[in-house]
Amino acid sequence: MTTRTVLSSGDIDRAITRIAHEIVESNHGTKGLTLLGIPTRGILLAERIASVIQRHYPEFDAASSTGKLDITMYRDDLAKNPTRTVSPTSIPAGGIDDAVVVLVDDVLYSGRTIRAALDALNDLGRPSVVRLAVLVDRGHRELPIRADFVGKNLPTSRDERINVQLTENDGETCVVIES
Amino acid sequence: MSQLKHLLSAADLSKSSAIEILDVAEEMAGVNSRDIKKLPTLRGKTVVNLFFEDSTRTRISFELAEKRLSADVINFSAKGSSVSKGESLKDTAQTLEAMGADAVVIRHHASGAANVLAHSGWINGSIINAGDGTHEHPTQALLDAFTIRRRIYGSESKGKDLSGLKIAIVGDVLHSRVARSNLILLNTLGAQVHLIAPPTLFPAAVDAWPATIRFDLDTAINEVDLDAVMMLRVQGERMNASYFPSEREYSRIWGMNADRLARLKPSALLMHPGPMNRGLEITAAAADSKNSTVLEQVANGVSVRMAVLYQLLSGERTNIDA
Amino acid sequence: MPNLLLKNATLPNGQIADIAIAGDKIVAVAAGLQSDSAGTDATVVDCTGLVALPGFVDLHTHLREPGFEQSETILTGSQSAAAGGFTAVHAMANTMPVQDTAGVVEQVRSLGMAAGYVDVVPVGAVTVGLEGKQLAELGAMADSLAKVRVFSDDGKCVHDPVLMRRALEYVKAFRGVIAQHAQEPRLTEGAQMNEGIVSAELGLTGWPAVAEESIIARDVLLAEHVGSRIHICHLSTAGSVEIVRWAKSRGIQVTAEVTPHHLLLTDELARTYDAVYKVNPPLRTQADVLALRAALVDGTIDIIATDHAPHPIEAKDCEWPAAAFGMLGLEIAANVAQQVLIDSGESNWQRLAEVLSHAPAKIGSLTEQGQEIAAGSFANLVLIDPKQSRVVKDSHSKSENNPYKGLTLPGAVVHTIYRGYQTVANGVLAVKGRN
Repeated sequence: MTTRTVLSSGDIDRAITRIAHEIVESNHGTKGLTLLGIPTRGILLAERIASVIQRHYPEFDAASSTGKLDITMYRDDLAKNPTRTVSPTSIPAGGIDDAVVVLVDDVLYSGRTIRAALDALNDLGRPSVVRLAVLVDRGHRELPIRADFVGKNLPTSRDERINVQLTENDGETCVVIES
Repeated sequence: MSQLKHLLSAADLSKSSAIEILDVAEEMAGVNSRDIKKLPTLRGKTVVNLFFEDSTRTRISFELAEKRLSADVINFSAKGSSVSKGESLKDTAQTLEAMGADAVVIRHHASGAANVLAHSGWINGSIINAGDGTHEHPTQALLDAFTIRRRIYGSESKGKDLSGLKIAIVGDVLHSRVARSNLILLNTLGAQVHLIAPPTLFPAAVDAWPATIRFDLDTAINEVDLDAVMMLRVQGERMNASYFPSEREYSRIWGMNADRLARLKPSALLMHPGPMNRGLEITAAAADSKNSTVLEQVANGVSVRMAVLYQLLSGERTNIDA
Repeated sequence: MPNLLLKNATLPNGQIADIAIAGDKIVAVAAGLQSDSAGTDATVVDCTGLVALPGFVDLHTHLREPGFEQSETILTGSQSAAAGGFTAVHAMANTMPVQDTAGVVEQVRSLGMAAGYVDVVPVGAVTVGLEGKQLAELGAMADSLAKVRVFSDDGKCVHDPVLMRRALEYVKAFRGVIAQHAQEPRLTEGAQMNEGIVSAELGLTGWPAVAEESIIARDVLLAEHVGSRIHICHLSTAGSVEIVRWAKSRGIQVTAEVTPHHLLLTDELARTYDAVYKVNPPLRTQADVLALRAALVDGTIDIIATDHAPHPIEAKDCEWPAAAFGMLGLEIAANVAQQVLIDSGESNWQRLAEVLSHAPAKIGSLTEQGQEIAAGSFANLVLIDPKQSRVVKDSHSKSENNPYKGLTLPGAVVHTIYRGYQTVANGVLAVKGRN
């Protein structure tokens, strides 16, 4: 197995900063912005993006505008794998009705996770808009889904593994390809 | 976690698998508190509620849990089916198998009926024991543990066991499947169990059980700093079989009333699996007190059963017994 | 029916001898017999390494015919008995119709003769219809062609003390014996298994030892009071052993039996909820098993009796409380006896011959069974290879409620000779009976 680092800690910080600005720009401000991270690393990315937004736009309260969206119960491959551990879902106190929801995940691949996230969102309320932010888009989509905000497009082959590491979870911050 | 296929006894659960179910139940409780109380998790799965004994409460709790996970639900009650015409458990099971049941939730008057169904080879689906005779009722024990954990740890519940807690189970231990399952699960989760009943309502050899055996409720309340007291339902017909002389005497010595409740610590839970015999094992004042968790238990029952169904049915299916 | 010359068999006392059989009798037993001792055309059977024992006598068999032929018939039960080394079985009375009249017992006897694998000796019911209310016509059954000497309501206890007293007294007239199924009915209402640690966990209604022991205590005292002999069926508890030991020490004429399953299996098996382990009296604890084995060795228990109780599949393939009581036993009795008495080092082949042949024949007043292996005796013999062992598989019974399936047990029945006829030769059951 060979391992190759494709994004350094600095690259990731810059990508997050850029995504944060793009989100605010496309929304014409921070009004109604709600960031929902998809476990596990999507939650950490959502928190990082939210704190960048708060730093630049003080009217944005990161804590009350960030949440977690577990999609385990909505997966389409439940019957094909051992029972998966369920993670918490927590939605900002105000709910997501009429909010501008940005789903945040680490890697966009087949699109099936996002499909499940859209279903889960549907059971939680009716946002005015839903956007998608990902750190890495590695291609190989199986559903008509695309990201609105992408940290880095990384063309890969199917037998490679993209491994996103974040300090809070993995001790260091980087993106590596294993093949 | 290892993949459980059946839930027949509380003894099927290791400490970690029990905690995992309780943690999933916390998430299910979140689903049950939102507007759209539905998950697509078990779409396309068929779950049969096979009830050979009347129990509307348990049946609708399972039914709600199944429906909230989007399973197709069939209710098969012995009274409305050919079982009452003498069809055997085997024939019924094979019929359900032929119809493609992915899981069977069984309530039966015979102890061990769920075990027989699981190991007979008549049926391939998962079996969930919803009460078998005087043997076990494992989902009741799980919902009781969930209720205790939530009351004591609140939003910090996830990942917690019940170690150090002192729990009393009071009443007809001999005939109670709730008592048996709770005794096992509470021990698994690290709680200290006190069983309190008239000597006639303990099984023989109860001294071998991992619990403190007591004949007197008042002494237990005075001597032990109880965190929860579970009252068991006492069937009136036990009196006729001379297990105790009269309902009045039972109630006076082993019943929960305002006086005894006042001697428990304020945070103590007063639990009952329902349906209650008000005035016999529990007075109305006690049943309606702030300590009472009776309605929480009912609500939690749905969440816990959703968690059990998720754990048994969502994963990859093999024909190997876990 | 060819005459037989059994060469180099090991007798129960350890001596090696040849046994010559002519017709239905043993004509000579000695080392190095001439090859024509059983006639010039005798079949010579090499019995080197085989232990010769008197044909086994079962005091407690359920053959189910008439009435329950889907479980067993007198033919299939007789075949199973022969395969297990038996040459006589007592057919219990709980048939349909009940064996409570001369007519029914004579029918059972004649069906046994027609089958021709063992002597089928009918047991008479003590009370009409086994209902425990009114004495059956014990005298008529005793005087019938079946010559009934053992009476039992087995499956049910004669629990009315007055009726029990009368029965004990009445059978003295023809030297009969009452075989009591000791089970206090009120203490065992709805009972499913031994009352103890396992029943408490399984939530199955317990069957307390005292329900058996209290009846045995009462009945040995009754037998003493009226001066009758009494036989206790299937002792299952350590406490029952103590009572019988006490009664014998007082000189009370009591005999007692133990089943192979109570010598081997315990209530731990109920944890499977597999109803093949459901039996009456129930499987008890390991402490009880050890007490029963010791009592068999020291003579407190007189005999092994199988309580062979066939049931159809549907009576066992169901939830435990709905299942029937009983298990097969004819084809493993010898193996269990060998394990408990011989391989354990606790006793010897003479004791095994006593508990499986001489003593049950004596209790049943059978004069042509359970005799010593000697010239002049009827040629009822079994030859066992103690060195073989086998994994128990299917039996010759019509039923499959066999709790020993899959267990490895020592010993094998190689030949069974019933009144001079080889019902089992080299481990294979004869296609036809003796006739």
